[in-house]
Amino acid sequence: MDIKRRQFLKIAGLSTIAGLGAPAAFNLLLKGESSPVSYASSGGGAEASHEAAPTGVRLAMVIDQRVFDANDGLAQKCTTACHTVHNVPNFGNKKDEIKWIFEVPFEKAFTNKSHYHKNEHLHDSSFLVLCNHCDNPPCVRACPTKATYKRKDGIVAMDYHRCIGCRFCMAACPYGMRSFNWRDPRPFIDQATHNKEFPTRMRGVVEKCNFCVDRLARGLQPACVEATGNTGAMIFGDINDSHSEISKKLAENFTIQRKPALGTNPSVFYIV
Amino acid sequence: MYDGKLIIPGLVVFVALMTFPIWKNMGNAGVAPKPEKPKGVTKCVEPAQYMRTSHMKLLDDWRDEVLRDGDRTPIEVDGVKYEKSLMNGCMKCHEDKKKFCDECHTYTSVKPYCWDCHFLPKETF
Repeated sequence: MDIKRRQFLKIAGLSTIAGLGAPAAFNLLLKGESSPVSYASSGGGAEASHEAAPTGVRLAMVIDQRVFDANDGLAQKCTTACHTVHNVPNFGNKKDEIKWIFEVPFEKAFTNKSHYHKNEHLHDSSFLVLCNHCDNPPCVRACPTKATYKRKDGIVAMDYHRCIGCRFCMAACPYGMRSFNWRDPRPFIDQATHNKEFPTRMRGVVEKCNFCVDRLARGLQPACVEATGNTGAMIFGDINDSHSEISKKLAENFTIQRKPALGTNPSVFYIV
Repeated sequence: MYDGKLIIPGLVVFVALMTFPIWKNMGNAGVAPKPEKPKGVTKCVEPAQYMRTSHMKLLDDWRDEVLRDGDRTPIEVDGVKYEKSLMNGCMKCHEDKKKFCDECHTYTSVKPYCWDCHFLPKETF
């Protein structure tokens, strides 16, 4: 058969279109799926990310402010316990301060809540803040070296060996829960009380609360939770386990989180 | 050559001086490091040869397993369990950093920064 140049191009073009289009058409028609795909991908996806991960362990904490308000000095006890266990240095000045868990007034902790005519109780009390161990942590996304990462149990942890001190994570964290070691922390750790089982940090790395991963591995509660004793001021556990104490507490009480509108899904809940 | 009388002996002296360390240590491997082994324990977590060449790799692997995967299963050797940790594992037996770590690290001019963060067993800082 003799094919003209024009005929050849026609056949080639048609078969290309058929080859590209047919699989797509078959997929749509055979599976019987029409296409809500296009708008589900933007709206639905974003909404889904506002819900907690449904499976696996997700460690979280409930802070009962009513108990802290009733017990003077309890919050300070938590801070001291944490900072002692983790060899957090005390530089004695605000500029270089390293903080894992500390107290702030209501308007600093919950910046997006109304502070207009707030009641006396909120006015006077200070709230313990710590790393929120977000389910969708912005710091992890910002870290260029994967020094900060999210574990399977929901803890946002750090590998100080990998930290290059770029402080992107500090910029990314909407809660300001990360501190940078501007100076060598070693000389500023209390020699009398320091924990010999836990390393210190070095100059030039960022640090933050680690939900006491090392203590959890030994079957202990986080240091701050332990410091509250049996007051019930802090409850720690798996919120994906419906039988856990923390799940019951969350089910029974109205709780708030810090800046929930940002979609980071914080794991620290407050009963005010 | 101008001033050849000075230049050539000068060069000879220069070369002799520069290569002096080679002449001096000819045929002598120097004092081999002798890291002090812990008393009462005969077996490490891996064979000695592996530990000699790859302990840094082992420490890196341990770190990643412990920190990232949360796998803290202790290493068991002859019924003794060792924690996967430099501070709470290795240094429990190898108590003296100066007599163990530094012995080879100084010899090979290696300066690891472990001790910027990790404590020595008997450290007073």
